[in-house]
Amino acid sequence: MKELVIISGKGGTGKTSLTASLAALAGNKVVVDCDVDAADLHILMNPAIQKKENFVAGKVAVNNSEMCLQCGDCVLYCRFDAIGDYYVVNPVSCEGCGLCERFCPHEAMEMVSRTSGEWYLSDTRFGPLLHARLFPAEGNSGKLVTLLRQEGRRLAEEKGLDLLLVDGSPGVGCPVIASLAGARAVLVVTEPTVSAVHDMKRVVDLAGHFRMKTLMCINRCDLNRENVKAIEEFCESRSIPVLGKIPYDGDFTKSQVAGKTLIEYSDGEAARAVRKMWEDLSRTVLH
Amino acid sequence: MKIAVASGKGGTGKTTLSLALAGYLANRGYRVSLMDCDVEEPNVNLFLKANIRAVEQVSVPIPVVDGDKCTGCGLCERICAFNAIAVVSGKPLIFKDICHSCGGCMLVCPERAIREVPKEIGDIEEGSAGAISYIGGRLRVGEAISPPLIGAVRKHYADSHYTVIDAPPGTSCPVMAAVRGCDAIVLVTEPTPFGLNDLKLAVETMKRLDYPLGVVINRAGMGDDGVERYCAEEGISVLASLAHSREIAEKYAAGEVVEEFIRFFDGELGEIVSGLERLTGIRAVEVK
Repeated sequence: MKELVIISGKGGTGKTSLTASLAALAGNKVVVDCDVDAADLHILMNPAIQKKENFVAGKVAVNNSEMCLQCGDCVLYCRFDAIGDYYVVNPVSCEGCGLCERFCPHEAMEMVSRTSGEWYLSDTRFGPLLHARLFPAEGNSGKLVTLLRQEGRRLAEEKGLDLLLVDGSPGVGCPVIASLAGARAVLVVTEPTVSAVHDMKRVVDLAGHFRMKTLMCINRCDLNRENVKAIEEFCESRSIPVLGKIPYDGDFTKSQVAGKTLIEYSDGEAARAVRKMWEDLSRTVLH
Repeated sequence: MKIAVASGKGGTGKTTLSLALAGYLANRGYRVSLMDCDVEEPNVNLFLKANIRAVEQVSVPIPVVDGDKCTGCGLCERICAFNAIAVVSGKPLIFKDICHSCGGCMLVCPERAIREVPKEIGDIEEGSAGAISYIGGRLRVGEAISPPLIGAVRKHYADSHYTVIDAPPGTSCPVMAAVRGCDAIVLVTEPTPFGLNDLKLAVETMKRLDYPLGVVINRAGMGDDGVERYCAEEGISVLASLAHSREIAEKYAAGEVVEEFIRFFDGELGEIVSGLERLTGIRAVEVK
């Protein structure tokens, strides 16, 4: 099975719009939205939820106030500053290490399961979609990403589909690392702005960490010629193929407002560039 | 006043607005600190170009096992809630990348065979650009856990009239770490279905913290009116709308956006500041 992960470092470079367009172009695939913090793919894919599961990850401490003698030992053990006034646990700060429970002399602290979100298997007009919702202010996004990818692979095997298209999250931290491990190739979507170029280099280094085949797509490529050149030179020095150059096109936003992918909505310059990129992808890494 | 600039969605203009707010306030004679808490992708200083005076390494404590003392009893493995320790053929293996540095293994080891050593996770740089003090964190590539570094950046609060915090995108632990202890949150969004969806998630997240909150609509006019309708329905105050402009986008691309942005949106930046004063009841002392 081939797995293509789409990331960008910087947010807002067009990752999700492109993933949706690739989903519209690719056959036999499962789409996985791993941007679990701010999942948007469903807006363009209009999923009909078939299966919904709780995402239970780790635990959170709860103080049983009847047992608590307010000795304050828990505060001494907690390194996450999670124990507030009257020794009530702040669930936002609690990381679930369990030391307060282990060391409370009065057995007042209890670790309980933490439901941090939900995940869904849905049908869409482009085939199956795995997506999720991390509840507000919850952590463990890396674990949720790993779970979604595992479910995606299982489903693909079951249905005889041979491609996993994964929309990643911005940054280089926990959820991004979880979305990369073990994938075949990563498509980095950047744009010719100083900040996007800076962030792109960091994710390329991260992908290098995992020895992944890296490909580049330059979105809004007509915004700044010098930065496009800088990206191309960087890619050449790292032997990264630049697969797509997509011009700035208002149709991206218009298609989003219409709840459609660019491919369905438009036959303009940007849509044509995305089609060409898909052809190149399917002829090369995804072949 | 400590203002955290955040957003659910990435790329909505958080960093640009943080820089512009800091610049706008500094131009009016206030002492301003600008903190880059988006440590996974720190971009503030690409634009601010502050002279860096000091760089400090930030580390977290990670356990190491003294093989001579260890009896392989496995208590460390059992207390670790993060599966970062596995005892394999009588020896504990420590997976540094998923260790949360809670210290539990060290506390339960009956042989005192575990001690902690620092593991570097990133840097904090400090400097200044004109009247703006700059403090920024940078996570090492390959490190997964950013909140301890963000917390360390936040501890560098300088004595200022205004502190502007550029927070990371999203709704999970990194952004919570960045906004902790602020006086008000500005959520930047764009008027598109993605912007609206991620704004809703961010609002739900921030509601758990009970800080005063306002929304800034960036690139106004590029999409639809969903964001405005949502804010009106929810009674969330829209501090300002910043019109979409390809010219600003091109300046941004070249890394020269801040001065232009402040000139272009002078009135709107003023509205944001007075809106925040209204929401928080805090006014910086007038400066001569």
